Amino acid sequence: MNSTVPAIRISGLTKSYGETEVLHGIDLEFASGEVTCLIGPSGSGKSTLLRCIAFLEEATNGLISIEGEALGFAMGPGGNRIRLPQAEVRAVRSRIGMVFQQFNLWPHMTALGNVAEALVTVRGMSRSDAEARATRELERVGLGHRAGHYPAQLSGGQQQRVAIARALALDPRIMLFDEPTSSLDPELTGEVLNVMRQLADDGMTMLVVSHEIGFAASVGSKIVFLDQGKVLLEGSPTEVFGKPRHPRIDQFLDTYLDRGAATLI
Amino acid sequence: MSWKLFMLLVKASGLTLVISGVSILIGLALGFVICAGLLSGTRGLNRAAELFVSFFRGVPLLVQLLLIYHLMPALGINVSSTTAAIVGLSLCTAAYQAENLRAGFGAVPRGLLEAADMCGFSHFQTFRRIRAPIALRLTLPAIINEAVLLLKASSLVSVVGIVELTRMAQDLASSTYRPIPIFASAGLLYFIICAIVAGIGALYERRQKWARR
Repeated sequence: MNSTVPAIRISGLTKSYGETEVLHGIDLEFASGEVTCLIGPSGSGKSTLLRCIAFLEEATNGLISIEGEALGFAMGPGGNRIRLPQAEVRAVRSRIGMVFQQFNLWPHMTALGNVAEALVTVRGMSRSDAEARATRELERVGLGHRAGHYPAQLSGGQQQRVAIARALALDPRIMLFDEPTSSLDPELTGEVLNVMRQLADDGMTMLVVSHEIGFAASVGSKIVFLDQGKVLLEGSPTEVFGKPRHPRIDQFLDTYLDRGAATLI
Repeated sequence: MSWKLFMLLVKASGLTLVISGVSILIGLALGFVICAGLLSGTRGLNRAAELFVSFFRGVPLLVQLLLIYHLMPALGINVSSTTAAIVGLSLCTAAYQAENLRAGFGAVPRGLLEAADMCGFSHFQTFRRIRAPIALRLTLPAIINEAVLLLKASSLVSVVGIVELTRMAQDLASSTYRPIPIFASAGLLYFIICAIVAGIGALYERRQKWARR
């Protein structure tokens, strides 16, 4: 790809909740400009992995670097992992934008307020500059005319597009999507996927956890199939979905047959 | 009942309004501090806040008022009975408001805070811009409820010799031998004041467009 330093590098990552280990040693690299879709059955650890990359969950072991810079933990001189100070976490994390399954828009602010807020509070922009920028971002996701609406007055698809605009306003280098369409009706899923497709075309580095196999196959430049906390397969959509297929993928895709999604592949 | 008597009651309800108004505001501010203690990770602060809440919730307000009224002079603090009453009411309502606020802060969805995290907010920025406004909004009905309860509970301060609405009504009733119209008028005045407070709360709630679904 266009850079020798990977956008995201994950090495030896494990995550346990108490006694239960849910991720067993993940090693992955994502090049910049790449759109990677993380797929796999429920409970395979996709979302947990994404949340570790966002540092919303702290990995039990292993390291993550974002464009070559350690996120959250670094290897100390004695070979032991050391926790980096929160200010450093914030600095590295500022390169990442995140979109959640539940949108997580702030209900007491309008769409415009949601997008402008961090520009004012975190980046120190004036309110009017921030709102001008926020307006452009809302227009980019096709919601310029909804700027004054509160989240409760927007449909799920519109809320998710505002959430995407909110993340984009901060000029992230990498966008993480955690099941961005899983709480939307099929009718509203399309409008969100279109925005994501546009973003991919613009060259954004994206990591998408999704059950939208059709989207993964058509937009993804890389597919990572997680199963029981391990990377079972990674490769291009053709390698993963094309024939001959790994029997586990076959079995997984079978569950989509009744929704007609597999015919897209 | 004469107009003159009724105006005496109206004047006394002014004192009721002042005493409870001040207590509600102090109680809310103190409630915030206690709530911070309840939510604090520091064990000492946590225990102290819990102790405060359990004492002021567990002892009848009447007993608290009498205790404070007699305790302050005994400790060498000379204050008017009005001040003693405000101290008593404020401490008591603070305990309830702290619990209300604690519930509100607990009810702010985690995802909203994670979104702030991902947008680069510091802890304090998240608190000021996201957590506190949402918690306050979620808590508003409970806060208004407690304010109305306190307004009515302020009738108890008549026991420490403050001639507020209830005490005035008692005095007038015994001097005129016409308790029924006088207590009925006092009840009406309480009702009106509470309706106004509840109305302000409802108005504020309605102004918050974002609550509408």
